[in-house]
Amino acid sequence: MDNQAIYKKIGSIGFGLLDPITNKKMSAAKIVTPELYDREGYPVDGGLMDIRMGVIDPGLRCKTCGQKIKECPGHFGYMELARPVIHIKFVTLILSLLRGTCKNCGKILIPPEKIAEHAAELKVLEEEGGDEERRKFITDIIYASKIATKCPHCKAKQQKITLEKPYTFLEDDKRISPIEIRSRLEKISNEELAIMGVKGESARPEWAILTILAIPPVTMRPSITLETGERSEDDLTHKLGDIVRINQRLFENINAGAPEIIIEDLWDLLQYHVTTFFDNEIAQLPPARHRNGQPLKTITERIKSKEGRIRHNLAGKRTNFSARTVISPDPMLSINEVGVPELIARKLTVPERVTEWNLEYLKEFVKKGPENYPGSNYIIRPDGKKKKITSETQESCVEELQPGYVVERHLMDGDIAIFNRQPSLHRMSMMCHKVRILPGKTLRLNVAVCAPYNADFDGDEMNLHIPQTEEARAEAEQLMLVQTQIISPRDGLAVIGGTQDALSGNYLLTGETEFTRRKAIEILSSAGISEFSRLPKKEKITGKEIFSILIPEDFSFRGETKDGHPLIIKKGVLMEGRMDSANLGEGAGLFLRSIHKQYGPEFTADVLSKIFKLGIAVLMQHGQSAVLSDLDLPHKTKESIKKIIEEAEEKIDDLIVEYKKETMDTLPGRTLKETFETKCLETLNKARNKVVNAVSDSSVEGSHFENMVRSGGAGKFLHLTQMAACVGQQALRGGRISSGYKDRTLSAFKKGDLRAAARGFIAGGFKDGLKPADFFFMGITGRDGLMDTALRTPKSGYLYRRLANAMQDLRVEYDETVRDSGGKIIQFQYGEDGVDVSKSEKGKINVKRIVENATGGKTQSRQSRDVRNSPEAN
Amino acid sequence: MNIDEIKSKLNPKLIEEIESYLPKGTSADKAKKVYEEVLEEYQEAKVSPGECVGIITAESIGERGTQMTLNTFHLAGVAEMNVTMGLPRMIEILDGRKTIETPMMEIYLNEPYKSGKNIRELAMQIKETRLGEIVKEFVIDLAENSVAFTIDDEKAKILGITPSAIMKAVEKGTKISVKNSGRQYVVPVAGKDAGVNEVYKLKELLRNIFVGGIKNITQVLPIKRGEEYLIITAGTNLKSVMESEAVDKQRTISNDIYEVYSVLGIEAARAAIINEMYKVIEGQGLNIDDRHIMLVADMMTVDGSIKGITRYGIIGEKSSVLARASFETPIKHLINAALVGEKDPLNSVVENVMINQIIPVGTGLPKIVMKQPEEKK
Repeated sequence: MDNQAIYKKIGSIGFGLLDPITNKKMSAAKIVTPELYDREGYPVDGGLMDIRMGVIDPGLRCKTCGQKIKECPGHFGYMELARPVIHIKFVTLILSLLRGTCKNCGKILIPPEKIAEHAAELKVLEEEGGDEERRKFITDIIYASKIATKCPHCKAKQQKITLEKPYTFLEDDKRISPIEIRSRLEKISNEELAIMGVKGESARPEWAILTILAIPPVTMRPSITLETGERSEDDLTHKLGDIVRINQRLFENINAGAPEIIIEDLWDLLQYHVTTFFDNEIAQLPPARHRNGQPLKTITERIKSKEGRIRHNLAGKRTNFSARTVISPDPMLSINEVGVPELIARKLTVPERVTEWNLEYLKEFVKKGPENYPGSNYIIRPDGKKKKITSETQESCVEELQPGYVVERHLMDGDIAIFNRQPSLHRMSMMCHKVRILPGKTLRLNVAVCAPYNADFDGDEMNLHIPQTEEARAEAEQLMLVQTQIISPRDGLAVIGGTQDALSGNYLLTGETEFTRRKAIEILSSAGISEFSRLPKKEKITGKEIFSILIPEDFSFRGETKDGHPLIIKKGVLMEGRMDSANLGEGAGLFLRSIHKQYGPEFTADVLSKIFKLGIAVLMQHGQSAVLSDLDLPHKTKESIKKIIEEAEEKIDDLIVEYKKETMDTLPGRTLKETFETKCLETLNKARNKVVNAVSDSSVEGSHFENMVRSGGAGKFLHLTQMAACVGQQALRGGRISSGYKDRTLSAFKKGDLRAAARGFIAGGFKDGLKPADFFFMGITGRDGLMDTALRTPKSGYLYRRLANAMQDLRVEYDETVRDSGGKIIQFQYGEDGVDVSKSEKGKINVKRIVENATGGKTQSRQSRDVRNSPEAN
Repeated sequence: MNIDEIKSKLNPKLIEEIESYLPKGTSADKAKKVYEEVLEEYQEAKVSPGECVGIITAESIGERGTQMTLNTFHLAGVAEMNVTMGLPRMIEILDGRKTIETPMMEIYLNEPYKSGKNIRELAMQIKETRLGEIVKEFVIDLAENSVAFTIDDEKAKILGITPSAIMKAVEKGTKISVKNSGRQYVVPVAGKDAGVNEVYKLKELLRNIFVGGIKNITQVLPIKRGEEYLIITAGTNLKSVMESEAVDKQRTISNDIYEVYSVLGIEAARAAIINEMYKVIEGQGLNIDDRHIMLVADMMTVDGSIKGITRYGIIGEKSSVLARASFETPIKHLINAALVGEKDPLNSVVENVMINQIIPVGTGLPKIVMKQPEEKK
C-alpha cells in the first residue's frame, strides 16, 4: 500500500505468431540436454530446469533477473529443432494456403480481375463471418473457378493437395515434407496473404512451421517434491523431455549420416511429440501418457474448459480476508447487520493507518495481541514490511508503532463486510452488511434478507469478505449496503420483505384487536420502539393504532390487501385493511416501494426492521402454534366435500363410458384418448378447487393455520385443503399417471381401469391418511419433481452464462445511449425512456400518485390501456 | 420553465399518461405543478451513466430462469394448442433458432369472419389439404394398371377446391396426365411393365398430393377471444396467410421469429422476440421488467439480422479476443486472433478482470484528470 510504484495501465494486447528470430532473442537459455538435475539435485545448465529460465526452489536466485522464487516471473528458453515440424494448431491455415497459392510463384491461384469481381461479396462475408469465413470463401472460389490446375500468373502446373489428418500433407499422394511446405509458404507475399485474411507482418505463415521451439519458463511448470523427497515433474516438463531426447537422437543420426528411413521415422516421432506438446487431445493421435496410463495435460488442456487457465484462474479469482460458515437466523439484528463469531473476528482484520490522533487508540489493539479480542494480528511498517504480532514481538511492536504504520486490527462492530451466498445469481446475492460480533460459531442474519440470498437455515453456508481499502469500503457501503438493494432492478419492487411470523404477527395486530395502554406499550417496547407520543391518549388501543406508530406521520397510501379489500393509510394512520403479504411481503404491492420512494432507503430499512420486530413481539404475546384440531372441518363441510368428490368421480365414470363407446366429441386437433384425458383432468381439478373453496369458507376464524394462510406468512388454502380434506390429482408430465404396469398403474387395480382413483387421484387428505396406492402416486410425482429440478438447473445455468457473456459489456453512456464496448449503439435511450428499473416503481413513474397528491385524490378514470404491456402494442 | 419546455424533456408516453389522469378542468397552474413533479421524479429515476445494464438484464432473466419449469405442457385451457413453454421455449428464442419446436400462428380476421361467420369453413380452407382428405374412395384397377378416385364434392366445395385444380395438382405431383370422366379421375401408372407394387405406390403418392389450403399449416383451431373470433394454427406460413383477403394483416402473427423476420423485417422480428419472451415470462407467472426483454431483443437484432446468444451469434462477434476466448472454444479464438494480427483494446469487462485492471463500467468509468500544480520558482 505504501510503495510509491508508478502504476501502468495495459492499453491493449496484440496477438501474432512468434517468429524464430524473436524467439531466440527473447530466450534466456538454449536447451540442449534432456537431463534435469545433476547428482546433487542442482538444475543442469542447458537442461529443462535451467535456472536461467526462472527458479522454483527456495534459496536459489534466477540467473537472468537475480530474483528469488515468487519474485522472478520466469523466462523463456528455446531449442533448435533438427528438422522443422508443423504446428498442429495451424494445419488448416497451411492447407488453405497451399491449396490457394501457386507452388512456384506463391501467388493466389485466381486472376486479379476475378478477385475484384468478388470483392464486394467478400466484404459482406468478412463483416458477417470474420476472417475465417473469408478464407474459406477464397478457397471455395479457387476450387470453383477450376483453374486451379494452372497458375494464372506463371502458368506453372498445380497438383491436388490433400491433408491426411492430423498433420501430413500430400500432393498427388506424395508426401510434402515440412521443409518443402515452409519454402512454399515463404514465397507468399504479405499482400497476397492479406487477401487470404492473414496479417503477414505479425503472422508469417512459415512461422507456423517450427524450426525453433520456445521452451516455457520453469515457473510455469513447477515440480513438486513428494514426502519421500522424490521430485515429481510437471506434465509439460515430461513432454519437453521427450522432445529434447528425440531431437537429440535426430541430430545425432543426421550427423552420422544414417539412412533416410531412420531419419524419417525419428522426424515423425519428433512431430508427434511436438504435436502432443501443444494438444494432447487430437482425435487421430494416441494421447501421450504417464507411466500409469493417465494422459498428460499439455498446453491446450491447460487453457481450455471450465477448469482451464482462462475460466478458472483468469476470469475467476480467489481472495484473502474471507470467511465461510453455517448461517443461522437472528431477528434482533437489523436487516443490514451480520452476526460474526469472535473466532472469525480474530482472524479477519481491517488495516488501519496510524496517525498522531489515533496512535494511542491503535496501540491498545497491538497490546492485546492476536489472542485477545479486540486485538491485532500484524503491523505494517511504512516500507511495506509486514510484522506478525506474537507474544514475543508484542512489546517491541507497541514501542515501534508510530504514525505512518498500519495496524491490522481485528474485525469489530460496525465494520463493513460483504456477505454472499452461492449461487450468486443476481446482485442481491452479494450485499454489504455491518458487522456485529456475537458469541457462537455461526454467521447470523436477519430472516428478512433470506429472500434476496435465497437462503434458509437447513445447513446453508455463506461467505463473508472484508474489503481492505478505503475505496473498496466506501463503494461497498454506498452501493452494496442492504438498504440500497431493497428495490430489485428486475421489476422495481422490494426484494426484502416480511416472511412467516413477522407477517402473521402484523396480520393479527392489525385485525380487530384491542389492547390496554399498558400492554400496547409493552408490545412496542419489546419491538424496540421507545417513542410513544403518537399513541392515542386513551385506555384501549387498537392494533391498527399500534401499527400506525411505525408509519411516518405524513404518509398516505391506498392499496389492496391480499384478499382484495382496500388498504387505506391516511396521514400516517392505518384506517382500513389488515397488513399482509400483499403489502409487507417481498416482490409484492407498492406499500414498501412507496415508503422507499418517499423516505429513502435508510428509513425503509429501519421501518422494515421495526415492523418485523413488532410482528414477532405480537406473536410472543399472542402465541402461535399449529394444532391438529385446526384441521378439523365442520360436519357440514365434510359432507359437502364428500359430495363434491363423489360427483367428480361419477363424472369420470360417465366420461369413461362415453370414451369406451366413442360417443365423445373430440377436441379439435386431439385424439379421442387425449380428449378424454384432458376432460378427466379438468373435472378433477375443478373438483379440487371446489374443495379448496369449501375449506376456506368454513375455516375457523382465528385458527393458527388460518392466520398463517390469510396473512400470507406461510402456505395457501390449497395446502390446508391437502391436509384437511383432499390431496387431489397427482399430475405427471401434465397428465394423469398412466404408466407402471401393463394397462394399469399399480397391480392393485384392474387392467384398463381408468377411474380417478386408479390414475393418481388422491381423494383423502393427509390428516385422514392416504391409501397404500396413494403413497406410490405421490412417490411418482415427487420423483418427477426432483428430476425436473435436477435437469433444469444446468440448462438455465448455461442460458445465464451465455446471456451474461453476451451482454456484460453493455453500459449506459453519458449521452443516455446503451452501447457495447466497441461503441456500437444498442439502444438510443435505455428501455426507451431511460428509466432505471431499480429507481422506478414497478418499472414506471407513478404518475397517478403525483396527480392525486396535486389534485387532492381526484383522477380521471383511465381509458387508454397501458401501451407497453398490451400484447397488441407491437 | 414553461410547460412546453417541461414537456419536451418528458417521455411522450409519460405525457400521455399524465393527460389521461388529470381530471378535466384542472387549472393550468395545478397542471403545471403536476408536470413539474413528474419531471422531477423522472429525472431522479434516470439511469446513471456507466450503469452496466447488460449484466442487470442477464441477472434478471438468468435468476428467474432457474425458477421456470422444464415441462413443456400447456395445461391452461382445454381448447388451446400444445405449445412449447417455459425454459425450453426461452432457450429457443434466445438461441435464435431457425426451426422451432412448435410453430404456431394466430390469425386475426376481418369482418365478417371476425364475428364468427363461416369461421370453421375459413379455417378448413387455410389448413393444408392433401388429396387423401377429400377423396371418397380410391379404386385400384389392376387390369388397367391405374388408380381411379372420386372426390367428395361437398368437402371440396367447402375447401374451395375445383376439379381443375385437382387435375392440375395431380398432374404436377405425379407427372402423369389424368383422365377425368365426370366425377371420377383415372390415373394410369407410368411405364408399361408396372406391377402391383407400382400401382400401390401410385395410390400412396396420390393420397399425399397437396391440393389446397396453405402449405405447412397442419392444424387449425378457431377460437373466441374476448369478443372476436380468431384462428390458431399449428405450423406457420405467414406469407401465404397474409395474402388472404379475410385476414387482418396488422395483427396476424407467427411465433416463428425467423419467419417474422423474413416476411415483415427486422423491426417486426424485434417486436416478435419481445412478445414471445413476454409470453413465456407471463406464462410462468414471473415478473421481469420490459426494459430487460427489450435490451435482449435489441442486442439480438442490432445489426439487421437475428443473432442468437450463442458462440456463433452475438458472443462470437465480440470485438475482444479475450472476451470470446473466455466464453467457449478459447484455443480457436486465440489462434485466429494471432493469424489476423488482432488487437484487443481491453475496453470491456472480462479482459480487464483477467489482467487485474479496473473494469470500465459503473464506478470504474469516470477518471480524474488533474492539473499538475505549476512549480513555483
